[in-house]
Amino acid sequence: MREVTINPITRLEGHGKITIFLNEQGNVENAYLQIPELRGFERFCVGRKAEDMPQLTSRICGVCPVAHHMAGTKTLDAAFNVEPPSAAKKLRELMYCGYVIEDHTLHFFYLGGPDFIVGPDAPPEKRNILGIIEKAGLEVGKEIIKHRAYGQRIVEIIGGKAIHPACGLPGGISKPLREEDRQEIEKMATSCVDFVKRSLKLFHDIVLGNENYVEMIKSDAYTLKTYYMGLVDEDNNVNFYDGKVRVVDPNGNEFLKFAPKDYLNHINERVEEWTYVKMPYLKKVGWKGFVDGSDSGVYRVGPLGRLNAADGMATPSAQEEYEIMYKTLGGKPVHSTLAFHWARLIEILYAAERAVELSKDPEITSKEVRNLPGKPGEGVGIVEAARGTLIHHYVLDEDALIKNVNLIVATTNNYPAICMSIRDAAKGLIHSGKVSEALLNRVEMAFRAYDPCFACASHFAIGQMPLTFEIYNHEKKLLERLQR
Amino acid sequence: MIRMTKEKLKFAFYWAASCGGCEISVLDINEKILEIVQVADIVFWPVAMDIKYKDVENMPDKHIDVCFFNGAVRTEENEKMAKLLRKKSKTLIAYGSCSYMGGIPGLANVTNRREVFEEVYLKNVSTVNPNGVAPKTRVKVKEGELELPEFYDTVKTLAQTVNVDYYVPGCPPPVELTINALETIAKDELPPKGSVLAPLKSVCDECPLNPLKKEKMQIPEIHRIYEIIPDPNKCLLEQGIICMGPATRGGCGARCIKVGMPCTGCGGPCPNSSAQGAAMMSALASLLGLEEEKQKYTEADVEKLIAQIKDPLGTFYMYSLPSSILRRKVMKK
Repeated sequence: MREVTINPITRLEGHGKITIFLNEQGNVENAYLQIPELRGFERFCVGRKAEDMPQLTSRICGVCPVAHHMAGTKTLDAAFNVEPPSAAKKLRELMYCGYVIEDHTLHFFYLGGPDFIVGPDAPPEKRNILGIIEKAGLEVGKEIIKHRAYGQRIVEIIGGKAIHPACGLPGGISKPLREEDRQEIEKMATSCVDFVKRSLKLFHDIVLGNENYVEMIKSDAYTLKTYYMGLVDEDNNVNFYDGKVRVVDPNGNEFLKFAPKDYLNHINERVEEWTYVKMPYLKKVGWKGFVDGSDSGVYRVGPLGRLNAADGMATPSAQEEYEIMYKTLGGKPVHSTLAFHWARLIEILYAAERAVELSKDPEITSKEVRNLPGKPGEGVGIVEAARGTLIHHYVLDEDALIKNVNLIVATTNNYPAICMSIRDAAKGLIHSGKVSEALLNRVEMAFRAYDPCFACASHFAIGQMPLTFEIYNHEKKLLERLQR
Repeated sequence: MIRMTKEKLKFAFYWAASCGGCEISVLDINEKILEIVQVADIVFWPVAMDIKYKDVENMPDKHIDVCFFNGAVRTEENEKMAKLLRKKSKTLIAYGSCSYMGGIPGLANVTNRREVFEEVYLKNVSTVNPNGVAPKTRVKVKEGELELPEFYDTVKTLAQTVNVDYYVPGCPPPVELTINALETIAKDELPPKGSVLAPLKSVCDECPLNPLKKEKMQIPEIHRIYEIIPDPNKCLLEQGIICMGPATRGGCGARCIKVGMPCTGCGGPCPNSSAQGAAMMSALASLLGLEEEKQKYTEADVEKLIAQIKDPLGTFYMYSLPSSILRRKVMKK
């Protein structure tokens, strides 16, 4: 049996490693994505002060600190049995919109989007933000930098710091919003709406206007028929900050809808010996291995997962684009992994429109932003991180110190599906022992669509991932090395 | 950004055990990055560029002018890269709290691998693991064999691993400190080696709530921030909330305090002090009147006061456990 290893720069900690095994015929037998990192937050947070958790857990990931900060804060609401004032909830959601704008913009323009905008077969050194600037012009590049910064600025105004904010407290938020800051946010959010609309036009022209791209999006190598999960509001619209968790089956029918506190009734995790990250699956369906279909408990989260799990978007322009996407790609649910990119743009539009709404809400500058908590107990908090459903669960002792912690982070939910997507992309491109050069690009595309943030286990989501392919024969002799 | 000589500098950025926030903080200098690439070539940046480990090995010694190293050191790989980059760089900068002091992931030094494995893979409430499976460094799967790097027991700082020339504090470093460091380098105005590239003041010095006559401040009891709604115009410490400001180096503009939250100490110790946790405990003892008015308190009173401080380790050493004299919990054999 031959072995193909894709390893980002040798085997540095914090990187994923892909090993592909070929059978005697030289076709793909199986593929493994290993995550070689574990940091043990679940253990070392024990004994810490409960109110420190939003700040401690934000250090799980500096790319999505706001998601952890907010999941932690909501978990404390539940654990202290306190409901924040309405203005506090709105402020938290407004900060969250800033985070979604920043994070999705970062991914679309700096990381995943270049695959499409610059082209999937463009040389790797062009498939980045500089390549986009080259293709779309310096003015567009400056706009991208500006609007990503607007997202960060919204978080900073409300949270104190853009990376690792400080403001979350059980029962509310640490500071009301000043009128001059509200005005600044409204201006930035309004500009973001316009920016995303222009980005969508770029996406329509360059990507959807190219038949080859559309064919690739729809191709089998990038299709998985799985369950989908995401938070929804009362009208089953996508919601990042709050709501119930809804799961739809591979045919798009509602399969589950549950309150955060009931997550243990619906999600289980499995341990594999060959990776540090666990494999979540739907309890009711069970773990059937790395297979898709309605008999397998594998589910997907993130932009496409959320759009599939919901009935629509709560803001007008995002809803319009939502309808266009499903019409173009043949109805709900969309199983194409590459549609994650389109879904991501629709979500930035929603986040920007929602930020405008919230910034104009008369209550947003209310001074009532905190309620004092009750007795410490147990709580679960769920938000939608940019990369998917994020679950925090704490048990507090009588001194409000942490007794137990459970965390199911966004990318972890997608881990089984990412393994399968990589395997399938490889299967589509390796035949009779011939490893196509395009494999490097296409396998990378398969998993970059998920925007896998393994800083939640690893860090390779930030930027171009350097890959090394090593092909061994069954005697472990190196036959070929492909590198970029 | 002005640079007098014509030759461009060579920069490297590297992360070890960190969250990625330091990398994002470099992006947060926004359009300034376009000025940086005018004066410096980035010769190694694994997250953003395709340059291999091997290529770094092949560089002549001292080939890199300045290497910004973020993240703590917790694996053999981290250590190998720290040593390699030290050898290849004229100037090595520990960038951010983790490489400077160990950071929040350094709190893992209260535990060890065995305990983490138990918690994550065995005792965990959502995990179904009847056969007690745990990841292994070498494992045979149906198709062949796979390897994983070992998970180590202790987190170390960069300076505990190699010689470090400068430190940029913060979790992550504030944008102003990052820009200032880059400009200082570009202008060739770096201070003596060993310096922390941050202002010579404490967070209190930058804090808008800093009371004028602090030496007279007395706090009768300790509150936790979630228990009270503090007066937004009054020093948090004065209101009994433990704020690490007096023991923490400034440069951040007291940004957490400006949104009504106490400083948690990410800037590290104040200038001319190496022990941040101890400095804060002593400041607190004096604020509680334990030093000046010893006669006022019985031993039981003192114990009662001290008992109000919950989780002293997480409070005073949130970012600095590996670099402190405590370093880690004693390992039971």
